[in-house]
Amino acid sequence: MFKDTEHLIRLAAVLILAVVAFVALRAAVVPKSFGQYGHYRANAIGEIAARPVAHAGHEVCEGCHTDVVDQKKLGRHIVVPCEACHGAQAKHTDDPATIKPPKLDTAVVCSRCHEANSAKPKAFPQVVTADHAQGLACDTCHQPHRPKIEENKTEEAAASKPAVKSATGGKK
Amino acid sequence: MEITRRRLLVLLPAAAVAWKYIQAGTPEASPNYKLSEHWWGMLIDIPKCIGCGSCVRACSAENDVPDGYFRTWIERYHVPDWAIECPEVESPNGGKDGFPPNQSTGKNFFVPKLCNHCADSPCTQVCPVGATFVSPDGVVLVDKNYCLGCRYCVQACPYGCRFINPKTNTAEKCTLCYHRITKGLTTACAEVCPTGARQLADLKNPSDPIHEFLKTHSVQVLKPHMATGAKVFYNGMDGSVR
Repeated sequence: MFKDTEHLIRLAAVLILAVVAFVALRAAVVPKSFGQYGHYRANAIGEIAARPVAHAGHEVCEGCHTDVVDQKKLGRHIVVPCEACHGAQAKHTDDPATIKPPKLDTAVVCSRCHEANSAKPKAFPQVVTADHAQGLACDTCHQPHRPKIEENKTEEAAASKPAVKSATGGKK
Repeated sequence: MEITRRRLLVLLPAAAVAWKYIQAGTPEASPNYKLSEHWWGMLIDIPKCIGCGSCVRACSAENDVPDGYFRTWIERYHVPDWAIECPEVESPNGGKDGFPPNQSTGKNFFVPKLCNHCADSPCTQVCPVGATFVSPDGVVLVDKNYCLGCRYCVQACPYGCRFINPKTNTAEKCTLCYHRITKGLTTACAEVCPTGARQLADLKNPSDPIHEFLKTHSVQVLKPHMATGAKVFYNGMDGSVR
């Protein structure tokens, strides 16, 4: 029945060899986790999750700096997380003794939030710093962790308060 | 058991192998995290945003975002009058350094933007090599070891949330701080937001306050007509926002 089939057998052998080579190559090249959840490498999820954290989170800060938390509780800045002003501090929380956060320039930090801008919500406290502070640093009068100026604790600051020229005191 | 010289020789290599396993296990800092128990999104409360740029700076610091590129950014909208189809939008340096004074007329507000972590994301569908994907917990991620840098996804994203990192030449985007949320932390941007305008939301967690918020507020997603299944919800969003 099958006469002169030698060429077919050869062809079949080549085909089988090609299929085996493809399967072997694919198994070697495609990572094991590829396709575990979908058309991607599932191990990539773990690799992305393994990145170190740069912001420690305010709960970690509050564990040590309880004095600051007590101050903040008395004012409206209690809602402001530490790293909003102080920047990423995971390195400091990992090694508090040697890595110290830099001192902040209040003229820059405060105005980021409180510089007047018509796009800001109307109820948010805003000032035109050039009018309001007249070159003085914010922490001359305000304590950043408890910014509202209260009469009893700021006599010293009140004495050095600039004579405000504009009618609104720079406030909006 | 008395430790003889022979037993010590057997025990030492075993201990060395065990120690190697322990060491290899330590970088996996989220052993209790289960992919199937989360479905991440974000809530953005536009009336609370003061455009301070803290989120943009925090994102850059947390994720080593190259200068001039942004995984999140803030836009300032100016709508002069009735023409909400033609708002003036600006985002100087992504809002990283705040915004210069602007017109006091018309309607002005800030809109923080980031990847919408779409459930049916156009960007993952166009990737020819399976380098970008929606993870089982609903975060759109990039496998930078697989990315070719072909830019298909950059073009496909309707929200402009992707870019090619000039150092690695691979696609990059917001990971929703995947390395933080899998450790039980919030995202860097939500962590530093001084007014609580950004909140991480776990839509599979029934005790997440997002559910109560969604029930009681009129929220929108960006470009709903694109049917991307966006999971960044905006509260108080004006019709002019693109």
